Amino acid sequence: MIIDAISWFCLMLGCFFCFSGGVGILRFPDFFTRMHAASVTDSLGAILILVGLMFQAGLTLVTVKLAFILLFLLLTGPASSHAMAKAALHSGHKPMNSNTSDDAAKNSASGGDVSNP
Amino acid sequence: MFTAAIIAILVTMVLALTRAILGPSLYDRILAVNMFGTKTVLGIAVVGFLMGRPDFLDIALIYALMNFIGVIAILRFFEYDPRGTTNHDR
Repeated sequence: MIIDAISWFCLMLGCFFCFSGGVGILRFPDFFTRMHAASVTDSLGAILILVGLMFQAGLTLVTVKLAFILLFLLLTGPASSHAMAKAALHSGHKPMNSNTSDDAAKNSASGGDVSNP
Repeated sequence: MFTAAIIAILVTMVLALTRAILGPSLYDRILAVNMFGTKTVLGIAVVGFLMGRPDFLDIALIYALMNFIGVIAILRFFEYDPRGTTNHDR
């Protein structure tokens, strides 16, 4: 009974994080902030949902498969996020308020327009 | 319990799709597709549990592999390409 309660709680919490990530990816203003929202849901939502399913499955081969899926998602999540950020930055996609970069003055002078100069 | 999880995952997928459609720049679309793929992996796992078919988890694992490789392949294609930066959501 306790196991079902724990797994139900993990599942629902995971669904909440998935949903919050989905809302975050829609409402955030800039690509890099959206990437944060998407990677939050990718990692934490996936962890909680898969752990919730593990509780349901108990100590069987199914749990081992779930552990492999979880391990793979945790390995590839940050890797793909890093690759995406690197690709975006290399092709000239600047963060929204990149006042730290050298052309900050030009950015703020031109009304904060961050599209490719 | 599983149906609630599946509904939440489907709603997240719809949100990711809208970002993929709206997404001004190319990288928003790649990000949304990546998130959609991850949610598909979770969805397959939960549906597998709902229908009592544990062999769905192999499909979920393969899908996670393909999703990652696909995203990396696309990024390699568009890394040094200025076309992807039309950021006109301001």
